[in-house]
Amino acid sequence: MKKTVAEINEKIRSGKAVVMTAEEVAELGRTLSPAEIVEKVDVVTTATFGAMCSSGAFLNFGHTEPPIRMERIELNGVRVSGGLAAVDTYVGATDCNPERPDYGGSHIIEDIINGKDIVLEAWGKGTDCYPRRHVRTIINRDTLNEAILYNPRNCYQNYNVATNGTDKIKYTYMGTLLPHMHNCSYSSAGELSPLLNDPECRTIGLGTRIFLGGAVGYVTWNGTQFNTTKPNNEHGVPIGNARTLAVVGNLKEMDTEFIRGAYFEKYGTTMYVGIGIPIPVLDEDMARRVSIRNDQIETNVVDYGNGCAHVGRTNYAALRTGEIEVAGKRIKATPLSSLDKARRIAEVLKGWIESGEFTLTEPVRPMPAESAVKPLKITQVED
Amino acid sequence: MEKKLLLSFPPEATFQSFAYELVKDYDLRINILKAEIEIGKGGKLLMAIEAPEENIERGIAYMKSHGIQVSSLANKVFYDSSRCVNCGSCASSCPSGALSISAPDWKLKFDAEKCIVCKLCLKSCPMKLFSIEFTE
Repeated sequence: MKKTVAEINEKIRSGKAVVMTAEEVAELGRTLSPAEIVEKVDVVTTATFGAMCSSGAFLNFGHTEPPIRMERIELNGVRVSGGLAAVDTYVGATDCNPERPDYGGSHIIEDIINGKDIVLEAWGKGTDCYPRRHVRTIINRDTLNEAILYNPRNCYQNYNVATNGTDKIKYTYMGTLLPHMHNCSYSSAGELSPLLNDPECRTIGLGTRIFLGGAVGYVTWNGTQFNTTKPNNEHGVPIGNARTLAVVGNLKEMDTEFIRGAYFEKYGTTMYVGIGIPIPVLDEDMARRVSIRNDQIETNVVDYGNGCAHVGRTNYAALRTGEIEVAGKRIKATPLSSLDKARRIAEVLKGWIESGEFTLTEPVRPMPAESAVKPLKITQVED
Repeated sequence: MEKKLLLSFPPEATFQSFAYELVKDYDLRINILKAEIEIGKGGKLLMAIEAPEENIERGIAYMKSHGIQVSSLANKVFYDSSRCVNCGSCASSCPSGALSISAPDWKLKFDAEKCIVCKLCLKSCPMKLFSIEFTE
C-alpha cells in the first residue's frame, strides 16, 4: 500500500487520520509487519528536547529618531552581532559576556519569550544618514518588530555517548563527566528522535512544517555539518553524529516550556530546544523506518578526556537501563536531553494533527544525498 | 551509621577544638563539608559523621552542653522542581545516587537521605536550579 502526503492531509482535515507517536509505533512494530503498519497508521510524531548550541534569533529593534546605525550592540551586557544593517541583530545562544559567563544569548532569547524587559545599548560611528552615535533603552517582546528563531544546526541524527577516562572531572557540553569513567552521558531521544525515524530524509526536507519551541516552525535547509558519510548499521541507522537540520520559527509565539536558556559549567551558555517532526507513513519502507526501536539504534562511546577517542559501542536500550559496559567496566549512563519533554512534544504535535489544524508538507527540495564534513586545516598565513 | 549535622557555634564556643575532641573522646569519624566560622564571632559548620549511633548521640550531647546548636541535616540541598526540564544532567554527576532519572517516566527524583552535599549538582544543572540552604 502507498499513500501520498495529499491523501494523508485529506484524512487530517476530515479528522480521520491515525496519528501515533514514534514510541507507540515502535511498540506496534513488535507485532505488526510494515505492510500492516502502513495500513493502520498515517502519521508518526517524533520529538527531541536537548541542548543545541547552534541556535539563535534575529531581532529587529525599530529606528530611533534621529536614527542610529548600530555597529556595536549589547543586550543586558551581552555583546551580540552588529553586522546586520542598522537595527537588526542576531543573538547567538552561546553569545556571552566573559565577566558573567552563566548568562548569555540563550537566556536573552528566553527572556524575550517571557516578555521581560531587556537593556539595549548600542553605538555607531554616526553617518550622514544615521547621525545618532549612542542609544541606551529598554526593549522587550512587544517592542521588537520581528523576533525570529533561526537555528543553523539542530536535531542531530544520533550523537556520541560521552565519558571521561582521565583522573580529573571534565566539565563539557555533554555535562559533568566524572573521572575514571564513573559516568557517561547521552543526548538523543532514541526511537522518538526525528531523524532516526527518517534516517535518509525521505520525507523531511526544505519547507517541512514542524513543532519548534512550542510554536509552528519550518525546516529551512540541511543543518550545518550535515553528514551522510557515517556508516549505517544493519537497521539503516547511522552510527554517530550524522545529519542535522536548520530550522526557523516565530520566537514571539514560543513557550519557554519547550525552549530554554542553559549554562554548562566551564563550557558556557547553550539552548535547550524542543523540536517535533511529523513523519507521513507513505509506504512499507517508511513503516519499517518509523518502527525503529532503541535496541536497534547504536552509537559510539567516546572519551571526552582523551581527544574523543573511541572506547566502545552501545545502543539506546542499553543506555536506558542506566548502566552500560565499556571495556569490561560497568558505567552509570544518564541522559542529557529530556525524554520527558520529548514525549510531551510528541503528544502535543499529535494533538495538533488530530485536531486538523496542522497538516503535513512535502519537501520543497530534498536534503543532500551526499554531504561530508571537512575539518579546519591550519595553514601558514603570510603577514 | 552516617549522619550529617549542621552545627551553629555561639561566639564563646569558637575558642575550643571540638573536632579534635569528637574524634579523640567520642571516636567519631568526621568529615567537615563546609565551615563558616570566625573565632570570637561564631558561625556554622557542616559535618558528616560516621560512627555507632550511641557515640554520635554522646558527641551531640557534649556539643549541646557547650551551647552549640546541633541540627540533623536531612534535606539541605534544594532544587526548583517547577522549572526542572528533567534532562538528567545532575543525576549523571551525582556520586551518591541521591539524584536519579530512569524509566518509566524519566522524571528527576531526589532522595535527600542519600545526599552527601557534594554540591556537584549545583554545577551540573544547566538551568541552575539547585541551591544549598546553609541554615537549620
